[in-house]
Amino acid sequence: MEILKPATAGTLESSDAQITVEPAEGGIALELHSSVMNQYGRQIKATVLETLERLGVENARVTVVDKGALDCTLKARVECAVFRSCDKSQANIPWGGVIR
Amino acid sequence: MIPRPKPERFRLRRTMIFMSAQKPGLIKDAYIYGVDSIMLDLEDAVAENQKDAARFSLYHTLKTIDYGDTEVIVRINGLDTPHWQEDIRVCVAGGADGIRIAKCESADDVRTVEAAVEKAEEEFGVEKGRTLLMAALESPKGILNAYEICAASDRMFGVAISGGDFRKCMQTKPTADGIDMVVARGQMLIAARAAGVQCFDTVFTNLDDKEGFEAEVRQNKAMGFDGKSLINPKQIRYVHEVFAPTEKEIMQAEKIVRAYREQSAAGVGVFTVDGKMIDIAFIPGAERTLRLARACGMYEGDLV
Repeated sequence: MEILKPATAGTLESSDAQITVEPAEGGIALELHSSVMNQYGRQIKATVLETLERLGVENARVTVVDKGALDCTLKARVECAVFRSCDKSQANIPWGGVIR
Repeated sequence: MIPRPKPERFRLRRTMIFMSAQKPGLIKDAYIYGVDSIMLDLEDAVAENQKDAARFSLYHTLKTIDYGDTEVIVRINGLDTPHWQEDIRVCVAGGADGIRIAKCESADDVRTVEAAVEKAEEEFGVEKGRTLLMAALESPKGILNAYEICAASDRMFGVAISGGDFRKCMQTKPTADGIDMVVARGQMLIAARAAGVQCFDTVFTNLDDKEGFEAEVRQNKAMGFDGKSLINPKQIRYVHEVFAPTEKEIMQAEKIVRAYREQSAAGVGVFTVDGKMIDIAFIPGAERTLRLARACGMYEGDLV
């Protein structure tokens, strides 16, 4: 998927993460802030990058502000932000397809 | 990926707790409360501009988190909104045990949802008929049509009244003795029993009024409800206590079932237990008491 416009999903509440995607060129630029950076920074980064790859996002500037989100929450927030950036978040989501 | 076992249409549902599907902090470990069912909410607890995000969150929650024996129901948005169809797709794809139809007013509403559920089951390769339904009655029209709603589908396991919206329609406020809702509750209970489905009472929203809450729970039990909707985990324990059968009721039920089986094997239809007349009409109630007792950890016999 191509990031068409800036979009955000998620909140700054505990156990959540706020993810922003913006159009960019030349690959994925990931900026990560986390309340559990020392313990889980690498894991969070891997989950976010895997999710972007699954969605076929090749170029984007991605900002993650993590407040101790589980992997399933990170995935949900990344997916929602990407679908919002393409105006496709409201209906006909491929549940069980690229969303898995 | 944790595939949930096939939902049971009739199971113990004393407590059903609401939580917003958009709040990871709430839903990630809701299985620890020991509640019978959790109700992940896509409707009123989710702001209008977060409906899409709540669905992504719901999908991964359903697929990832092991809720064990806790039943997982999802409240979808009303049929008068642009959201309900996608809500149904995500519920079925994620493998929710059941769907709660908000603001249900007629059998047609149930059938509309059922058709969409069936279509989604086909789309996502889910066993046909797996996804259960329940209806929330939130208006006078819903209460008047309670029977046809309860009987509208084989997927229906129960019906619940939603006090906030109902009182708004009736221009009443909550009262200490429940007089404001007694007719609606009664009518819904009769309809549910006539249709053979379960019946649940509304939430009690004033968390500081412990006495009022407990009085309402006792009234619910006396009226014949199967359970109650809740908004806070601290409300769970009391409902479980009130809805549990007493030791005396369990002993009596055990005696009745045992005597019935002995007597009917000997060709006797009506007999007495402790001076009271017993015939076949008492047996379903006694067996129900034993099943409830087993679920509450109070009965370990082999009669049910």
